[in-house]
Amino acid sequence: MTVDGAVFEAREINAWRGDRHILRDVSFSVRPGEFLKVTGPNGVGKTTLLRVICGLLPAETGELWWRGKSVRGRRDEFNFELGHLGHLNSLKGDLTARENLKFLAGLRTTLTAQAIDATLDRVGILSRGDLPARSLSAGQKRRLALARLLLADAALWILDEPVTNLDTAGIRLVEELIVDHVEHGGLAIAAAHQRLLDDAPCLRRLELEP
Amino acid sequence: MTAVRTSTLAAAKLVFQRDMTLAWRRWDEVAQPLIFYVVVTTMFPLATTPDLSALREIGGGVVWVAALLASLLALEALFRADVEDGTTEQWVLSGQPLGYLLLAKVAAHWVLTGLPLVIMSPIVGTGLGLPTGAWGVLMFSLLLGTGTLSILGGIGAALTVGVRRGSVLLSLLVLPLAMPLLIFGSRAVSMQMDGDSPAGPLQLLAAIFFMALSLGPIAMSAAIRISVEN
Amino acid sequence: MSWTWFHKLASPPHAYRILGSMAPWFGWASLALILLATWWGLVKAPADYQQGDGFRILYVHAPSAWMSMFTYVVMAVAAGVGLVWRIKLAHAAAAACAPIGASFTFLALATGSIWGKPMWGTWWVWDARLTSELLLLFLYLGYMALRASFDDPQRADRASAVLALVGVINVPIIHYSVNWWSTLHQPASVTKFDKPSIDLAMLIPLFLMIVGFQLYFGWAVSRRLRGEILRRERNANWLKEAA
Repeated sequence: MTVDGAVFEAREINAWRGDRHILRDVSFSVRPGEFLKVTGPNGVGKTTLLRVICGLLPAETGELWWRGKSVRGRRDEFNFELGHLGHLNSLKGDLTARENLKFLAGLRTTLTAQAIDATLDRVGILSRGDLPARSLSAGQKRRLALARLLLADAALWILDEPVTNLDTAGIRLVEELIVDHVEHGGLAIAAAHQRLLDDAPCLRRLELEP
Repeated sequence: MTAVRTSTLAAAKLVFQRDMTLAWRRWDEVAQPLIFYVVVTTMFPLATTPDLSALREIGGGVVWVAALLASLLALEALFRADVEDGTTEQWVLSGQPLGYLLLAKVAAHWVLTGLPLVIMSPIVGTGLGLPTGAWGVLMFSLLLGTGTLSILGGIGAALTVGVRRGSVLLSLLVLPLAMPLLIFGSRAVSMQMDGDSPAGPLQLLAAIFFMALSLGPIAMSAAIRISVEN
Repeated sequence: MSWTWFHKLASPPHAYRILGSMAPWFGWASLALILLATWWGLVKAPADYQQGDGFRILYVHAPSAWMSMFTYVVMAVAAGVGLVWRIKLAHAAAAACAPIGASFTFLALATGSIWGKPMWGTWWVWDARLTSELLLLFLYLGYMALRASFDDPQRADRASAVLALVGVINVPIIHYSVNWWSTLHQPASVTKFDKPSIDLAMLIPLFLMIVGFQLYFGWAVSRRLRGEILRRERNANWLKEAA
């Protein structure tokens, strides 16, 4: 990932879900080295905001800016620099862990066997590499999804409840990965209920109100 | 170290490979449309007459109708699993042009369902009295027709993914659009059997196929984005 | 480039008011013209020397068939506008058109069938136009079924818009293929329901009826669209204030 000038800005985002005006004039910016944690009660629009950033939901008004240019009309380019971890793990049960990475993360970056192995090791499931994904536990599946995110080599991480199904060790892993990522100049935006890097220096908060 | 970006062609190949790998592990699902095809064509002699010369009159049409119905059977689930587990969302976010990825998926689907139907057609055609001389036209017309139907069906499947009773709705949406294919395809076979040149309808089939190939991915992308956007 | 001016044009309260004032004009004018055309067609226009009086149903059949096609195109264009520029009113207009178009199609089929019975002794013929109309009816029904299958109105709008656009591209292909198919067995005529012989006296009631139907379309769409607006905006402030 290239991190010079990688600033993300959201300006006056307004979004509706059906009839409900969920996001009202949401504005914020994130710089390289920063981790933005989006908090707020259930249903306030954390997931909606993340999906709007990813382009999966339209914003009625407002703009997103990346590297000093508007994202509008340059979606694919922006998406390439964006790594998304949603509620679903995007795994195919019939494929092995390695195959899952090859066929999904491989769509973005050319993967070598070493890179795959190194990443599986980093998230702690190297021994499960050749097992079908359906035989992995919920926590292991989440870790595999994290591996996919790592291999995407994206500058901006969008994480929606990243520590779902993870034990304490898993939560620590996620925190380490985020800190690692932002220390190398990356950016991260996460929606999380739980404690996640709450005391870290790189943390900034965005509290959404209903 | 900056990773190397995958080319669109390589990404499309990966999607194709993935679907072939998945199908290989569940080959029984792949066989079902083929069995349906044979069963349906068997129904016609039983329902009408065992006389081959009478069956020959409508043989081309029956093979075509059966092929269309069998293809539709397999199409309903085309995108379902990928949308449900979030893979399609990742494709939308991959930075690759979505149309190409979806086209690769449709191509894999065609190889797994359409192509076997094409290969099987002389056999079921013989059961309906079609002469060997008509095999070539039958197979070629079905090749183009099932290919086009895979694309049209892909659009329909993308629109109806997640809908209850989606397969019935899918048939209702796709079949009227597939009528021209049926008309030209079965007509080509009849013309061949009558000794006329089937070039006209075959060319029209090819034109429709290429049109579907160029415009289909756009409609499919739009439809998939709509189904992912919720 | 901001399209907000476009969006203002498509504002629901605005549209609701304008449609409300336009609808009665459309309604009365269409009623007048349809009655005039009916009288002219039934009474004033001469009987055909070949088909006798039975052919007079053409004066309803041909305009209905024309309107069924016209409505589909309007529906597809509205859907396209709604999809590309994300204008909800355009989607509402497309939704309003569908049942009207389906009705015209059904009317064309019914009048075609009534026309055919005394002439050929059967209630149905696989004539090019009737078959095309039948397929068009399937397209309308498919569109309405797709709309109905979604709980989320936004998704219903956008998915059916894609379908309408795919359909409108296919309609010429379907027409051509059905024409081609029907000529294979009767090379002489493309459709059994040809106008017997083009005569000015016959063109007038035909033209009047078409205009009458177009005005009817204007009236029906205005009314349905107002209904759609009410339904979609039921929680909006402007509606609560007006009530």
